Amino acid sequence: MFDTRDYELLAHVQLGLPLCPRPYEAVGTALAMSEQEVLERLNRLKQQGLIKRLGVIVKHHRLGYRANAMIVWNVPEQLIKALGQRISQFSFVTLCYQRPKQPEWPYNLYCMIHGKDRQTVLAQLEQLNADCGIKHLESTVLFSLRCFKQRGALYQPIDKPVLAHG
Amino acid sequence: MLNALHTRLLNDFQRNFPLSPRPYLEIAEQLGVSEEAVLSALSDLSEHDYISRVGPIIPPNQLGVSTLVAMAIPPEQLQRVADQISARPEVNHNYERDHRFNLWFVLIASDAAHLQRVLDSIDEETGYQTLSLPLVDEFFIDLGFNLDLPHV
Repeated sequence: MFDTRDYELLAHVQLGLPLCPRPYEAVGTALAMSEQEVLERLNRLKQQGLIKRLGVIVKHHRLGYRANAMIVWNVPEQLIKALGQRISQFSFVTLCYQRPKQPEWPYNLYCMIHGKDRQTVLAQLEQLNADCGIKHLESTVLFSLRCFKQRGALYQPIDKPVLAHG
Repeated sequence: MLNALHTRLLNDFQRNFPLSPRPYLEIAEQLGVSEEAVLSALSDLSEHDYISRVGPIIPPNQLGVSTLVAMAIPPEQLQRVADQISARPEVNHNYERDHRFNLWFVLIASDAAHLQRVLDSIDEETGYQTLSLPLVDEFFIDLGFNLDLPHV
C-alpha cells in the first residue's frame, strides 16, 4: 500500500512543514524528490487514510483547555462497537478507543475529554453517561496532573517501512 | 497575544491544509491577508507554543506499532521513574494521572519485538511493572479540535 519513499516522506513531514512559501518544494529538496512528487504522494497517503488530517496541530493546554480526563468503562464485548461509535459523536470527546482488559484493569473502552476545567468536564461526562444509558457500567475518571513529556506521535526512523501490525 | 488572524488560523485550518505548491498563499487569499502575514502569524503561534506544528496526524499502528502503558508508582518515586521513561525516544506522551495507576505514557516502536524489548527494559530499569494496553479498535474520526476561542 505504501513504499519506502512514502515512509521517508511521512517520517519527514510528521515533524512539521516548513514555514516558507514553497514548503513542499523544501521537503522535496531534503528528500531528493520533486515538489510535484511530494504533493502527489501526500495526496495519495491522505486518500489511503495514512494521513488522517493535515493542518495546524494545536496545544490544548496552552489554549486554556487545562482539564484533561481519560474516562474508562467496563463494557460487555457485544456492546463495545456500538457504544464506541456513539461516544465518539459527542463534540467534546477528542479520542475514543477500545483496549484489552487486564487482570488488574477491568476496563476496555476509553475516551478523552479536554475541557477548560474539571467541573465542565464532569458535567459533560454526566451528560454522556445519561444520553448513552451507561451510568450503571463500572467506570473511572483519570484527570491528568503533571505532564512529564508531550510530543506529537512521532514514529521511529528505521531502515525499512514497517507495515501495520494492528 | 492572540489576534483575529491567529484565531482564524487556530480554528479553521486544523484540517484540509492545502496540498498545492503555495499553501500559505492559498490560506492568505481565503483570509484576505498576505502570504507573509500568514507565515509570520504561524511562526508566532509556534514560538509561543500555541501550536506544535503544521503537519499530518498519522493514525496509530500504521507506521510501526504503539501501545498505551500504565504503571503504579509510589508517589515519592514518581518524578524519578517518569524522568527515566521520558528519556527514551520511543516515549511520546508521559502524564501523571490521579489514580493508583498514576503514570501513563504512549510507546511507539518499529515492530512488535522492539516494543516488547522496550517494555521489558522499562520493567527492569525502574523496578516496577508495566501494564501494556494496546489499541484494539479506534472509533474516533479526528476532525481536529473544536476550540471555543473568543472572537477578537
